[in-house]
Amino acid sequence: MEDFSVFDIIGPRMTGPSSSHTAGAVRIAYIARKLIGAEISRVHFTLYGSFAETGRGHGTDKALIGGILGFSPDDERIPHAYELAMDQGVQVAFTYSDAPADHPNTVKIEIVDINDRKMEVVGRSVGGGNILITEINEQAVELSGDYPTLIISHRDEPGVIAIVSQVLAQLKVNIAFMRVFRHGRGRDAYMCIETDTPVTKEMQAIIRQLCSGITDMFAV
Amino acid sequence: MQLMEAFENGASLCQYCMAENCTIAEAMIRREVSRGEMMRDTVMEEMRKNLEVMREAVRIGLEEHVETVSHLSGGEARRLFLYAKYDPFSGGNTCRAAASAMAVCEVNSSMGRIVAAPTAGASGILPGVLIECGMERNWTDDQLIQGLFTAGAVGLLFAQNATISGADGGCQAETGVASAMAAAAIVELSGGTPEQALDAAAITIKNIMGLVCDPVAGLVECPCIKRNALGAANALLCADMVLCGITSLIPFDEVVSAMLQVGRDIRKEYRETAKGGLATTPTGKAVAEKVRRFQSYSGEY
Repeated sequence: MEDFSVFDIIGPRMTGPSSSHTAGAVRIAYIARKLIGAEISRVHFTLYGSFAETGRGHGTDKALIGGILGFSPDDERIPHAYELAMDQGVQVAFTYSDAPADHPNTVKIEIVDINDRKMEVVGRSVGGGNILITEINEQAVELSGDYPTLIISHRDEPGVIAIVSQVLAQLKVNIAFMRVFRHGRGRDAYMCIETDTPVTKEMQAIIRQLCSGITDMFAV
Repeated sequence: MQLMEAFENGASLCQYCMAENCTIAEAMIRREVSRGEMMRDTVMEEMRKNLEVMREAVRIGLEEHVETVSHLSGGEARRLFLYAKYDPFSGGNTCRAAASAMAVCEVNSSMGRIVAAPTAGASGILPGVLIECGMERNWTDDQLIQGLFTAGAVGLLFAQNATISGADGGCQAETGVASAMAAAAIVELSGGTPEQALDAAAITIKNIMGLVCDPVAGLVECPCIKRNALGAANALLCADMVLCGITSLIPFDEVVSAMLQVGRDIRKEYRETAKGGLATTPTGKAVAEKVRRFQSYSGEY
């Protein structure tokens, strides 16, 4: 059973008009922005299901752009997101897809940053402004964005998980939830670690230094 | 009984309140504190902030010129509120609560700031009812905040044991649950027992069970705004029924499961996809087309 807070019910405070179509959309795009961790030059959003059917009317497009620009769901600038994106030199494009999706409110976000690094994030808005990121760079993950999250891609070999969790313990970062995923034995693997306190850039550098199996790391 | 177990369903919540001799609102506050993320003061402060945003949304919707992005609605809340002076059939209090609920929705549809309760589409009902009744009965902000916690507890039971999403369960899951939350809140604020508060919530849902989500042009405007007005009236009526001693034949928990079952049986066309009901009437389709053309004309898409 999901552990709801009273503020999941009375809340969030947000810009209208729809908790799943605006607040949730802002949060998914905001996480995508944090994951790429650099200035963004282009974004392509592909909307599926009800996002594609009714997204325009709900201002889901503005909400997604708002998230990419780093706004929170109650930011009063969201209605002006198109103009603000243009001012900041962020190119945006939308595709409203009729392809089937696992969940009615799904969006795929393809981002290119100013260094030409590409990233693809898939997320769903699961109601009441709550979200789930389900894919990062075609790798299945599960992250809610409710906690600071560290995502590590690494080689699937013994000891990597142990080192990471040991380093976090020494840095006094408590792990709330942790999931591991892999493409296959000995191939690329991912760790998705939700923590009570954020893992700072310095901490990330320490983890990288101590653990040679890590190929990439993102923090939200 | 453990605090977390208390929130498994309505029956366990009533049992907990009876054993602890406390209100649903107090149980809700304790549970929130026990989650360990916020101290009691912060929890109360957070809810106070929600109340402030709610009150401001009601004020803006009733006093300022509100125009929605689609230009489909706006100004109707204010019209109903002013009319409430002239001996309305639904009674002044009901009429003003309904108008206040619409006010928040109009602000919501113009991409203004609101508090989802439990969702944005149903965000007018709880502030509409609480703020109007609060003014009528001189309830303090502290009392209104207690009411918000009672409402939160009821919404949480629906979220856990059924759904609060229109895409999953239709409009009954959004405006229905919002009305149930509001009804329980004013019953408890008026001295009703936890059982009475949940009975009011149960009757409120029974009254609109099966209500579909069929937004014209996919927007949170028609019929959503007027259904928030109805939701406010439904909450007030059910609270009155319970406070005069009427009970719900079907217990709260059974109503919650019935609502979930009905929600699952509602076809996808009637769950927020704008593919059925009012959305596909000739006028509904014409409006959708107009909105689409307006949007492409404004060059944003």
